[in-house]
Amino acid sequence: MAVVHVAGVRKTYGRTVAVDEVSFDVQEGEIFGLIGPNGAGKTTTMECVEGLRKPDRGTISVLGLDPFRDVYQLQDRIGVQLQQAHLQKRIKVWEAVHLWASLYRKPIGDGDVLLEQLGLADKRNAWFMTLSGGQQQRLFIALALINDPHVVFLDELTTGLDPQSRRAIWELVRGIRARGKTVFMTTHLMEEAERLCDRVAIIEHGRIIDADTPQGLVDRHCPERSVVLVTGDPLAEERFRALPHVDEVLRADAQFTIRGRGDGFVTAVIQCLAEHQIRVSDFRTVLPSLEDVFLKLTGHSIRD
Amino acid sequence: MLRGLWELTWLETKIFLREPLGAIGTVVIPVVVFLLVGRAIGRSAPASPGATAFLRDGLPVLASLFIAINAVLSLVTIISIYREGGILKRLRATPLRPQTILTAHVLVKLLFTAVTLTLMMLAGRRYFAAGPDVPVIAFGIALLASTLAILSMGFVIASVVPTARFAQPIGAVIFYPMVVLSGLFVPLDIMPQWLRMLARLLPFTYVVSLLQGIWTGGSWSAHVGDLAALAVVCVVCTALSARVFRWE
Repeated sequence: MAVVHVAGVRKTYGRTVAVDEVSFDVQEGEIFGLIGPNGAGKTTTMECVEGLRKPDRGTISVLGLDPFRDVYQLQDRIGVQLQQAHLQKRIKVWEAVHLWASLYRKPIGDGDVLLEQLGLADKRNAWFMTLSGGQQQRLFIALALINDPHVVFLDELTTGLDPQSRRAIWELVRGIRARGKTVFMTTHLMEEAERLCDRVAIIEHGRIIDADTPQGLVDRHCPERSVVLVTGDPLAEERFRALPHVDEVLRADAQFTIRGRGDGFVTAVIQCLAEHQIRVSDFRTVLPSLEDVFLKLTGHSIRD
Repeated sequence: MLRGLWELTWLETKIFLREPLGAIGTVVIPVVVFLLVGRAIGRSAPASPGATAFLRDGLPVLASLFIAINAVLSLVTIISIYREGGILKRLRATPLRPQTILTAHVLVKLLFTAVTLTLMMLAGRRYFAAGPDVPVIAFGIALLASTLAILSMGFVIASVVPTARFAQPIGAVIFYPMVVLSGLFVPLDIMPQWLRMLARLLPFTYVVSLLQGIWTGGSWSAHVGDLAALAVVCVVCTALSARVFRWE
């Protein structure tokens, strides 16, 4: 069942088209990621779905509600974490949780349990301004979960966090899914999308280019595999070139990069090494990632 | 509609008191300045009728007006800071109604204004003769009406200031010249014709007329025009800021 349904959404700011003809569904119980570079239209799309912005065109339904018309009803049933949001500098952690709990019809019993689960129990009395970036994000996750929402929206959740906090946050997001909730997130980190999302939609210049599981996208757009190995065997290059499914063989001194495609490609390389008793001092396979899919689909790296 | 209003108001009150200059800046300093000015005038010209009249009628109105303006400027600053920091936006992404968020801030400001004025009134009675039969309640109502009108102007300013850094100075530059022309320092009657025309267009002229009139025992019926002018200001500014207010 689609929890979020977006069809033909367009939103402009003045003469700038932020998103155009955006359509996708988010299914119940999955982690869905909208991925793309900064300025691609991720946040605009998400904020239209959350009811914070009104699209110029198109239809959106969330849990069967119209986000803009039924915004208060919707807010009661969703949890939201905004990109680059802050709270009052001198609000205490427990005060924020308490305030949020008072705003919803059915808050989950005790905010303290939530703080405990998110590792913020010892920061109960700390002012917001004294929290680290990771702690602030965990507090925002707590606030997004306080009403036991059906869908949780996470916008660039780990931007600006160190790798360790990032991993901890990923665990938390998996925990949200494990509780049976649907997660709709945005990220410009391909690694994050790959590790976390069940399905992703790639968005660029306000348009969705493709959507699928991360593996599905890789298989479809980047079937190439590479084997990197080091050998001093003088006949090696010739033998590699003779392999089936090989696209190219690059050589730098004793290091070879063999590019090919298909599932059987790596096996073929290994068989070739065994058959001709080619001695290698290094061997690794390089599999394409979402990063490569992005590069292929847009012609540039997501970091550009 | 009121869900969360009391929680938010109470929370914002606590947060304001935690500001480094929160309580001292809004409550203590104005009261102390009021006392110092009052005593200085009282001591330097004890018998002068002008000084006595100013102490009795001018200073309290002036002080109340400045407290109200300060409260509004502080509100403008807080709203701008909250907008810049994404706090307004975060609060909005909840079942809170936008008007609840802003009402909470207005209530906090009214609360601190009331506390400051009460202290000032008590201190004034204690240290120099404020009018013995000042209609305190009527004056309080007049001041509330004035403050609401100033607040509505403040919201227009808060709607359009580009960054929090400019909020306070822009507000001050708009408000204080209006006060100078309001008839509080120079009576309207002795102003040149064109200046008087200008003053008639400024909301503060009506604020001062109302406050001074009520303070000196005037009747409400004599100030219907002032109240009507303030009501117009309130309605126009509220409608305007409802259209141009930016949440982020």
